[in-house]
Amino acid sequence: MDELDKKIINALQDGFPICDAPYRQVAEQLGLGEQELLNRLKALLDNGTLTRFGPLYNAEQMGGALTLAAVKAPKERYDEITDIINAFPEVAHNYARNHELNMWFVLATETPGQIQQTISAIEQQTGLTVYNMPKNKEYFVNLKLEA
Amino acid sequence: MLDDIDRQIIQATQTGLPLTPQPYQAIAEALGLSADELMARLTAMQNDGIIRRIGAVPNHYKLGYRFNGMTVWNIPDEFIDELGQKVGQLDFVSHCYHRPRHPPEWLYNLFAMVHGKSQQAVDAQIQQIAELLGDYNLGCDVLYSSKILKKTGFRSRDVISQKSP
Repeated sequence: MDELDKKIINALQDGFPICDAPYRQVAEQLGLGEQELLNRLKALLDNGTLTRFGPLYNAEQMGGALTLAAVKAPKERYDEITDIINAFPEVAHNYARNHELNMWFVLATETPGQIQQTISAIEQQTGLTVYNMPKNKEYFVNLKLEA
Repeated sequence: MLDDIDRQIIQATQTGLPLTPQPYQAIAEALGLSADELMARLTAMQNDGIIRRIGAVPNHYKLGYRFNGMTVWNIPDEFIDELGQKVGQLDFVSHCYHRPRHPPEWLYNLFAMVHGKSQQAVDAQIQQIAELLGDYNLGCDVLYSSKILKKTGFRSRDVISQKSP
């Protein structure tokens, strides 16, 4: 990742235009060619520097629901539990964390009722208790991270 | 309210935009829409907050943010809104939420995510939150992520089949 990649990442986190040729518009702002921007963006996605590029949908605004949940996965079953939980399409993110509650994941579902269904299915398949921590209130969310 | 066409657009774009010079044109063609209609609908969804933003999602680790801490705090319920707002306003906090406790094991009700390129940077951030909370902080912990196990974002199983009410 070089300085130009950093500029591209920062610019593309800000909000991508909705217009006929959006890559060309961003490329012009960055002083590079449209194809060069596309090539670099593809490389950043391919090598995992960017996990995604596109619209970020707010599940709750779509009538869906989100929650944060955690389990205490026994060390010897950690990989197995990871596979079970990750196989659910409702699991949007999953992080290993250094705590007795050592696996934390975000569920995003089409309807609020599916949250509890998904939690029950995870509990059944893993045999673990799922600690459900839906937000009572959101004080701040900023998705941008400076490269 | 979302209609079936919006849901088709969501389905077609939730994994990402095409990396072609006219990405909206490409999606519109695939869905049998005009590019103008597709762009109008995306703009409307963005204005309504259904799309938070269109853009890139970086992997924290790859950008050098190796220390990603979920700081959790036990705050008296009657003060949590006031203090949650203040913590959320700190420029290094990326997400800040009030969440339920699970006593007796989990007494923390305020969650604030911090990100740093070094342990010292994150320690300084945590110290700043602790100072802001002062005596209202009845206990805290920091859970560092040691590994991203999955990061796909929201994926609907079958967004099209669901009719709008």
